[in-house]
Amino acid sequence: MTVPSPNVAAGPAVQVDGVSKSFGPKDNQTQALSGVRFGADHGELHLVVGPSGCGKTTLLSIIAGTLRSDAGDIRVLGQSLSAFSDRQLTEFRGAHIGFIFQQFNLIPTLSLVENVSIPLLLQGVRRREAEDRAGALLARVGLGDRRHRNPLELSGGQQQRVAIARALVHEPQLILCDEPTSALDSRTGHDIMDLLAGGARAGGRCVILVTHDPRTYGFADRITRMEDGRVEEVLSGAAVQQFAAQPH
Amino acid sequence: MYHIALKMLMADRGKYIMLVGGVAFASLLMTQQNGVFRGLLSWTTSHMRNVRASIWVVEARVVTANETKPLKDTDLNRVRSVPGVDFAEPLFLAVTKARADSGGEKPVQLVGLDASTLFGRPPVMLEGDLERLRLPNAVIIDTLATVRLGEGLGRPMRVGDTFEIHDREARVVGICKTEKHFFGYPYVFTTYDKAINFSPRQRKMLSIILAEPSPGQTPEEVAARIGRETGLHAYTSAGFSQATTDFVWANTGIPASFLTTITLGFIVGIVISAQTFFSWFLENIRHLGALKAMGASNGLLARLLLLQAFTVGLIGYGLGVGLTAIFGLIVLPFEKPPFLLDYRSLVLTGLAVLLICLVAALLGIRKVSRLDPAIVFRG
Repeated sequence: MTVPSPNVAAGPAVQVDGVSKSFGPKDNQTQALSGVRFGADHGELHLVVGPSGCGKTTLLSIIAGTLRSDAGDIRVLGQSLSAFSDRQLTEFRGAHIGFIFQQFNLIPTLSLVENVSIPLLLQGVRRREAEDRAGALLARVGLGDRRHRNPLELSGGQQQRVAIARALVHEPQLILCDEPTSALDSRTGHDIMDLLAGGARAGGRCVILVTHDPRTYGFADRITRMEDGRVEEVLSGAAVQQFAAQPH
Repeated sequence: MYHIALKMLMADRGKYIMLVGGVAFASLLMTQQNGVFRGLLSWTTSHMRNVRASIWVVEARVVTANETKPLKDTDLNRVRSVPGVDFAEPLFLAVTKARADSGGEKPVQLVGLDASTLFGRPPVMLEGDLERLRLPNAVIIDTLATVRLGEGLGRPMRVGDTFEIHDREARVVGICKTEKHFFGYPYVFTTYDKAINFSPRQRKMLSIILAEPSPGQTPEEVAARIGRETGLHAYTSAGFSQATTDFVWANTGIPASFLTTITLGFIVGIVISAQTFFSWFLENIRHLGALKAMGASNGLLARLLLLQAFTVGLIGYGLGVGLTAIFGLIVLPFEKPPFLLDYRSLVLTGLAVLLICLVAALLGIRKVSRLDPAIVFRG
């Protein structure tokens, strides 16, 4: 089976139309998403914000293909995810999407370079080449001299840098971030957002970032604000800066 | 990815040592107990290796080499007359009492061989001359007998020493090496006629007839023919060993006792290994979820878990079997306890370890196949 290829020329990086998702038994369902429409472009840092339980993470999981929607269409990098089998979804995710998690999810028993090389190894890249490329990326995020250290020897901010390197190492067109700054102090969070915004704009990637950390709002190109499983508004341009300046 | 899986496994030293230790302990217990059990079983058939013959003819009701019923003297000629029998010789085999200079009586396994052929002679002579067994009162004793009968002398018995068997003098003309018997009695070899004189007189004294097939005949064919034509029970050497061990299995609690310990070793191995592996797996479930989110398929994760489980199994098995081998090397010179480690024990233990690893890995595989990669987005 071949890994489905992205169709970058076919419009936005992510296009979600009328997506719904509910959890729980039929007689007692919780509606996590109701007819959500969402779009994100290449080269854009797109924030999804809203209070806890508003459906941000569910939307991110559906875009990642780790969760199937009940209804609606999801197009990621020009491909309709609903047409994929589970195995195709796994392969597509591995090849074209990078992930940054709130808890970093670095494997503590592996060195930094081994952690960063994992996405490449999953693509079948040979170990030496994978570690060379991982080492180069660690140098780009300022951790080249610590490539053989273990994650637990690093600060939270440094661990998140490693996670960013891991998300970028296989050069995906889409990066999905789940609360990447919530465990970090203000200054470190600012550095991480700089890195993510730079990575998105320089590489023509689409970075979608789910957060409720107001410190990150000012970095966004667009902000989608959600509430009760629905998209309340989509902000762009000056509206983003106005939103970021408001007290939250 | 396989080196990543191995590093994940081995880097958690405590769990890794516990996993390997569990499998090693199970392997040690299974192979060591199996070795002692097989050693004990081999003792029950030591007659077949100390008195060597292709065919053993016994009374029709005899089912074990350690409990013979006397034959008629005429049975010897009946066996000799069966087509395919090259030659057949009498054997006296009985436990009797010997008295050394100390005055203490010691039970011995008295073996009486045909005087002309000395067929069934001791396997290894250490001292003396086998031919001198034909001298009056001559006996050849094994190394165990030199110790047992020499207790009163304050030294092991030597060639030239004497002792009594049922008040008749026996003179040691040679010392041989034998395999120890299950009953623990030392072997005393003499000629058939002298053995009869050494023993209390009974109506029938012939214990066993030893026979060899003619060239071109197999022991199995000739034994079957002897059985058909004489009504006696003729075993091949291997068949008599098997019948003897079958008797031990069927009529003693020894196998049950050892099997209980071996089974416990297996269960302890499964419980320790599977439980430790599963708890290691649960501790790493977020990382496995992250791998799944990053594109690791269920198949790949299953292969990684199998690799980890079988690596632990292989190392644990090697350690366990190695410790058993060391145990064997230490106890074999003393023959306490008996010990016989053959390929069957190793294969069976290997299969048991394989099963332990498979159970441990399957617990993780079952969980990982149901693992929702979205777990990594749930804080």
